[in-house]
Amino acid sequence: MSQTAPSPDLVTVNIDGQEIAVPKGTNVIEAARKLAVDIPHYCYHEKLSVAGNCRMCLIEMGMPAVDPATKAPIIDEATGKQKVNWIPKPVIGCGTNVSPGMHIRTTTPMVKDARESVMEFLLINHPLDCPICDQAGECKLQEQATGYGRGYSRYIEPKNVKPKRTVLGPRVTLDDERCILCSRCIRFSREIAKDDVLGFTERGSYSTLTCFPGRELANNYSLNTVDICPVGALTSTDFRFKMRVWFLKQTNSICTESSVGANTVVWSREGTIYRITPRQNDAVNDTWMTDSGRMLYKEVQAENRLTRPLVRGVAVTADAALDAATELLRSAQPGTVAIVGSGRSSVEEQFLTRKLAEALGDKVGAPVSVVSRVGEGDGLLLSADRNPNLRGALITGLIEALPPTYAPLAALAAAIEAGEVKTVISVGEDLAEAGLSAEQLAKVSVIYLSTHANATSQAAAVVLPTLTVFEKSGSFVNQQFRIQKFAQAVPGPAGAADDLATLSALIAIAGGGRGGPVSDRNAVPNGRVETLWKALAAEVPAFANVTYQEIPDDGLLLDATPYASLPFVEGETLHHKPTTPISPLNERATTSTAA
Amino acid sequence: MAILPVERRPLTLSERSYLPQIARGLKTTLKHIFAPNETMEYPEVQPEIPPGYRGVPTLVTDPHGREKCVSCQLCEFVCPPKAIRITPGSVPEGSGREHIEKAPEEFKIDMLRCIYCGLCQEVCPEEAIFLQNQFSLNGLTREEMVHDKKRLYELGGSLPDRHFKWDKKKAAAEHGNAH
Repeated sequence: MSQTAPSPDLVTVNIDGQEIAVPKGTNVIEAARKLAVDIPHYCYHEKLSVAGNCRMCLIEMGMPAVDPATKAPIIDEATGKQKVNWIPKPVIGCGTNVSPGMHIRTTTPMVKDARESVMEFLLINHPLDCPICDQAGECKLQEQATGYGRGYSRYIEPKNVKPKRTVLGPRVTLDDERCILCSRCIRFSREIAKDDVLGFTERGSYSTLTCFPGRELANNYSLNTVDICPVGALTSTDFRFKMRVWFLKQTNSICTESSVGANTVVWSREGTIYRITPRQNDAVNDTWMTDSGRMLYKEVQAENRLTRPLVRGVAVTADAALDAATELLRSAQPGTVAIVGSGRSSVEEQFLTRKLAEALGDKVGAPVSVVSRVGEGDGLLLSADRNPNLRGALITGLIEALPPTYAPLAALAAAIEAGEVKTVISVGEDLAEAGLSAEQLAKVSVIYLSTHANATSQAAAVVLPTLTVFEKSGSFVNQQFRIQKFAQAVPGPAGAADDLATLSALIAIAGGGRGGPVSDRNAVPNGRVETLWKALAAEVPAFANVTYQEIPDDGLLLDATPYASLPFVEGETLHHKPTTPISPLNERATTSTAA
Repeated sequence: MAILPVERRPLTLSERSYLPQIARGLKTTLKHIFAPNETMEYPEVQPEIPPGYRGVPTLVTDPHGREKCVSCQLCEFVCPPKAIRITPGSVPEGSGREHIEKAPEEFKIDMLRCIYCGLCQEVCPEEAIFLQNQFSLNGLTREEMVHDKKRLYELGGSLPDRHFKWDKKKAAAEHGNAH
C-alpha cells in the first residue's frame, strides 16, 4: 500500500491520475462520479443492487505491485513510485468496489474500444425509431451512441421482432424491441416495490421482458420502472406520445399526497402540465415516488375547477365577492366566527390563517380547527398522515395540539348546533366531506377558499377561487420536520387568486380594513412569499434563522423536539421511523380510512 | 487647400440642338421594342421553378397515400420563428398502420410567421415535410393563413419514396424472426 488512508473508513483510489478518498464499499462508478469522471452505464442504478449485465461500465483497473514473497512494494525505478500491475482485461465499474491504492483508467484505448463494442452489440437489435420513441431526449442509449456509436451498422441481418405494445399494467406499456435487458425494472420491483412481477423469458437474443403469467405490474410504484428504464422500453401509458421531453420546463415541487413530502419535478409546457417525476432526495424519497402522486396534476385542469368567485352560487367579480365577505364579517357578532384551516395549505398560508384568526377575535382569536386526513400507510412513500403540512400548522402556531383524526370537525359541528358559530371561514377544506351535515352548513354563512367545486362550495355564501400547489410557491413541513420548498410551475387560471393574496385581503377586512374602501384591502404587504418570510422569521421561533431563499432544494431539517411527544398518526416510511406510539384514538381512525 | 476654378466648356451646336441625343434615345427604344422580352407576363405565364426552390412548407404522403409524419416534433423544435405547432397523437389499433404507433393529431404552420428557411425539411427524419414549388400565398384573414393538417396535405400531395421503411418494418414484424 503506497499511502495510508486518512481514516479507517475511507479508501484512497486513483482515477485517471486523480486521487480521491471514498468510503469503503463504494464502487468505481460512484467514486468516479465524485471526481466528475463519467463512466457510462445502463444496468447500474445507485439505489438498486448491482447486476453487472450491460457491460457498458468497463474500465481498466490496476493494483499496486508488491513482492509476492516479502509483500514489500515494488518501486518503479524510472519514476521512483510504486509500480502498478494493470489487469490485462477490462473490469466492470459497477461491480468493482474500491480497495486501497486501486488505480482506475477510463480514457485508455482499451476502455474506449470496450465501450464502442458494447454499444455496437446493444444497437444490433435496438430499433432506430427515435422519432416516435418517447424516451428520445432523455435516453441513455441515445446519449452514449453519440459518444461511442459507430454511426453506421455492420449488421445486415434483419433485426429481432418482439412484442411492441405489451400492456404490463394499468399505467405501464412495454415495447420489448427497445429493451436492452438491463433488468433495472425487475430489480426495482423485487427490491423496492416488493412486488416481484417482472422477469425475463426466453434465452439469448430472444430474451423478453414479461410479467409472470396471471400477474400485472399494478403496484403503486409501477411508474418508477418507467423512470429508471434507460431506454424507451417501459413507457407511461399516461404520458405516451403526449409531448417530447425537450419542450418541457422542469419545476421543483413537493408531492402533496401525504406527509412524506416526496420531492418532485413538474414537467410543463406553456402552462400545461404533462407529467410529474420524482426528484432525488436521499433523505426523503431517494429517487422514487408513488403513481398516485404523479396523477395529482390532473386536478389543475379538472372539470370542476373554480374559475369565478361566487356569492350564493352566482358568479361575480373578485371585488364583489370580497364586498360580500366584508358584509358577512362586519355583520357577524364578535366570537361567532370560526376558521377551518388545512394541513394541505403551505406554511405561509397557515401563518396568514393564524393572522386571520387573530384579527377576527377580540382577545383570544377566532377558534381554529384543522381537518386531518388519515389513510393507510404503505411503509414506503405513502404515509398514514395524508396531510402534506400538518407539522406546518403546529410550527406556525395555527393549532396547539393535533387535530382529532376521527370526526375532525365534531367540535365545530357542536358549536354550530348550539348556535355559537354563525360564520365559518374555510381555507381550502371541504366541510361537507370533513363531516358537517347539510343542515349544519345551512345554519352558517361559509366563506370558502377553494380550488374545486364541491358540496361545500354549493352551500357556501362566498366562494373565493384559489390556486393548486402547481400554481403557487411556498413550503411544506414533512413528517421528518423537514421544510421543503415548492415553486410555481404553471400560471393559475384567470379568475383564481393566489391564496396568500386572498388571505391578506380577508385579514385586511377583519382587522384594520374592516369597512374601509376596497383599495385598502390590497394594502397588506404580506401577500408575497419572500416578504411574508420576514414576518415568519420574526414571529415563528422555529424559523428565527431561516429565510425562504436559503432553504436548500433538498429541504431544511427543523427542530422536532418540541413536538416529540405528540401522537402523530404515522407508520414507518422509507426514511422515517415514528418515535411516538400511535394513540388508541388514532388507531381507530386508521381503520376508517378517511383520505 | 486651394480652390481651382474650372472653366466650363461652351456647348457645341449639336449639343445645343439636342437632336443627336434624341436620335440615340430613340435607337435604344427601338432596339428594345423588337428585342425578345426580359419580363414575364405573370400571372398568365408562370415562372419555371428551379430545383431546390423553397416554397410553401407542405406535408406529403408516400406513393401509397400513407401519412409520413410521425409527429416527432423536431421541425417544431428547430423552426426559428416558431411557426409550427404539432399536437402528437397515437395511431389507433385496427387502422392497419398501428405499427407506426405515432401520427400528428393536428399539425399547424402559421404562414404569417414562416420565413421559408427550410430547416423543417432538413431536420425531418421521416422525409414528411417539404418546401415545394408554391410561392404565391394569400388569404383574407389571419386564421386562413394558419395552415392546418388537411390544408398541408392538400398542398403537399404525394412524393416518391425510396425507403418504404414502415412497410419493411411491417413485413419484418409479420415474417421476420419472430418466435
